[in-house]
Amino acid sequence: MNNLKIIFDYDTWQEIYSSIAKNKTRTVVTVIGVLWGIFIYITLSGSAKGLDNGFDREFQDMAMNSMFVWPQSTSIPYAGFKIGRSPRLTIQNVKTLKQQVPEIEYIAPRNARGVRSGSQASVVYGDILRTYNIYGDYPEYTEISTKKIYKGGRFINNSDITNQRKVCVIGERTKKELFEEDDNPVGKFIRIDNVYFKVVGVHKYNPGGGFETGGDIFIPFETFRNLYNTGDKVNWFVIAAYDNADVIAVEKKVKKVLKRIHNVSPDDERAFGSFNLGELYNRIKGFADGMTFLSLVVGMATIIAGVIGIGNILLISVKERTKELGVRRALGATPGEVRIQIVLESIFLTLIAGVLGIILGAVTLATINFFTQDLADFPYTNPTVPTPLVLGALLIMTVMGTLIGLIPAQQAVSIKPIDALREE
Amino acid sequence: MIQISNLHKSYKMGSNSLHVLKGINFKIDEGELVAIMGSSGSGKSTLLNILGMLDIADEGNYLLDNVLIKDLTETIAANYRNRFLGFVFQSFNLINYKNALENVALPLYYQGLRRKIRQQKALEYLKKVGLLDWAKHLPSELSGGQKQRVAIARAMASEPKVLLADEPTGALDSNTSREVMSLIQKINDEGKTILVVTHEIDIAKMCKRIITLKDGVIVEDKKTDQILL
Repeated sequence: MNNLKIIFDYDTWQEIYSSIAKNKTRTVVTVIGVLWGIFIYITLSGSAKGLDNGFDREFQDMAMNSMFVWPQSTSIPYAGFKIGRSPRLTIQNVKTLKQQVPEIEYIAPRNARGVRSGSQASVVYGDILRTYNIYGDYPEYTEISTKKIYKGGRFINNSDITNQRKVCVIGERTKKELFEEDDNPVGKFIRIDNVYFKVVGVHKYNPGGGFETGGDIFIPFETFRNLYNTGDKVNWFVIAAYDNADVIAVEKKVKKVLKRIHNVSPDDERAFGSFNLGELYNRIKGFADGMTFLSLVVGMATIIAGVIGIGNILLISVKERTKELGVRRALGATPGEVRIQIVLESIFLTLIAGVLGIILGAVTLATINFFTQDLADFPYTNPTVPTPLVLGALLIMTVMGTLIGLIPAQQAVSIKPIDALREE
Repeated sequence: MIQISNLHKSYKMGSNSLHVLKGINFKIDEGELVAIMGSSGSGKSTLLNILGMLDIADEGNYLLDNVLIKDLTETIAANYRNRFLGFVFQSFNLINYKNALENVALPLYYQGLRRKIRQQKALEYLKKVGLLDWAKHLPSELSGGQKQRVAIARAMASEPKVLLADEPTGALDSNTSREVMSLIQKINDEGKTILVVTHEIDIAKMCKRIITLKDGVIVEDKKTDQILL
């Protein structure tokens, strides 16, 4: 019989099956080692993937190539100005920035009360009074940070800006706190700091979007300017670069331009603060990648330990079966046939254990997913193990199983039938 | 069938060399039932191992069915054993997790026969040793005599040219021994060449010819009046 035929021969597997099935304890003990290994591997790398997906979900509403820039105070005297001056961002800067930094796709100036400066606005509907953060926004803002608006509503549009309309988009929480459960706020009027605003939309709150909350109220930038008499002043810019642009370079460029406009020393690092989502995202992604890598290494190491366990137990079992193997040899089993039988037993055990471990790991992941799917704050979504990783693990197990099986197989062949059969 | 000439075998034990077989010559024809007698240490087991190709002689010729047995690799020896020889051991050496039928079918598996044919043949030989009803029993569920009969069926199943029995009754009481020897005589009557190694003269007398070994040489080789069972 040639070797290839043996592998695909029903009788070979019958022979292996009976030898494995008839030694149940040994089989179970052997299988547990590898099963545990692949279980750890699947669960760990699935969880790492879940974490990865979770972070992705947290960031899904923000353009990854976006950044924020805001004024702080100068730390270097320049052009006759003392230190400690706070540059004033203005609406005119938008045009200049767009001209001088062509990588900018969208730029949204924002003003706010209750967030970085100013007090929260008091908001009244019916006989309920509460305070909320108020943002003055341009429609461009939704191009950078997606705002999900409930059906029937909308975000601020250009016409609101031009006409300085008194309209507002309220948050989920605002709606819950001010309106009755079945009351549709869209079209209703609420009083913000004693000015009536028509509600045009309710936005869905997404956790992880910076300092925004579920209670935020967005009004048109121009309306905000009139309401709070802010003139040209802008609290901060939200900027999105084109997809192919390097947002870190854009961040530097934007700050450089702002420094020039506002008479700030080019070396002054403190005059403008900025925050760059791409960088943060990369850092978190790096962390997640690290987790994935770690889980791969740990999982593989555990699998290898399990496979070595299989080799070990097969080695013992070969000693136990010395007589049986001797009988088989006397009855005409060639060394090759004995060797291939032991190796196939090893592979078979490894793969059985592997498949069981994969199933068990998948069940565990599904259970974890079931219990975490409603936790919005928990960055853990859809834990899966990519198919190539599973197949890779199976391949490695097969190879390892073969290699480790060769040791007991060699041991089995090295026993001469005459010694195996010697009467005690 | 078997022709042995000037067979020598010695074992090295450290610096000492133990000369076990000191020039053995004999010829066994087809259909003979030969007992190889001798006390322990006489070299009879070594002789049987060489005949069974489990061991290799240092010197001398071994012809089996006109095939010169020499320069054996493990693989060739395995194939020869499978095709030419049937073994019966003192302690039966059945595989304990296989039932009687599977045990008998095992040498046929190594002959590369198809499953159906193996089953069929194994059943046929189990029937021959009178254990057809025990085909599905594990060795642990069989008595000593039954085990040995299964072992004989296994040895016969591969249709060997020669049956080699090493103390086939060594682990059995006298009644069961007679049963087993009766079976061996029956198989011999059908024309099979059989060699039985034994140290019991009673058993030897149930054969047709007795070769007596002592200290590695043949001291007697004579035909005997077979005690038929």
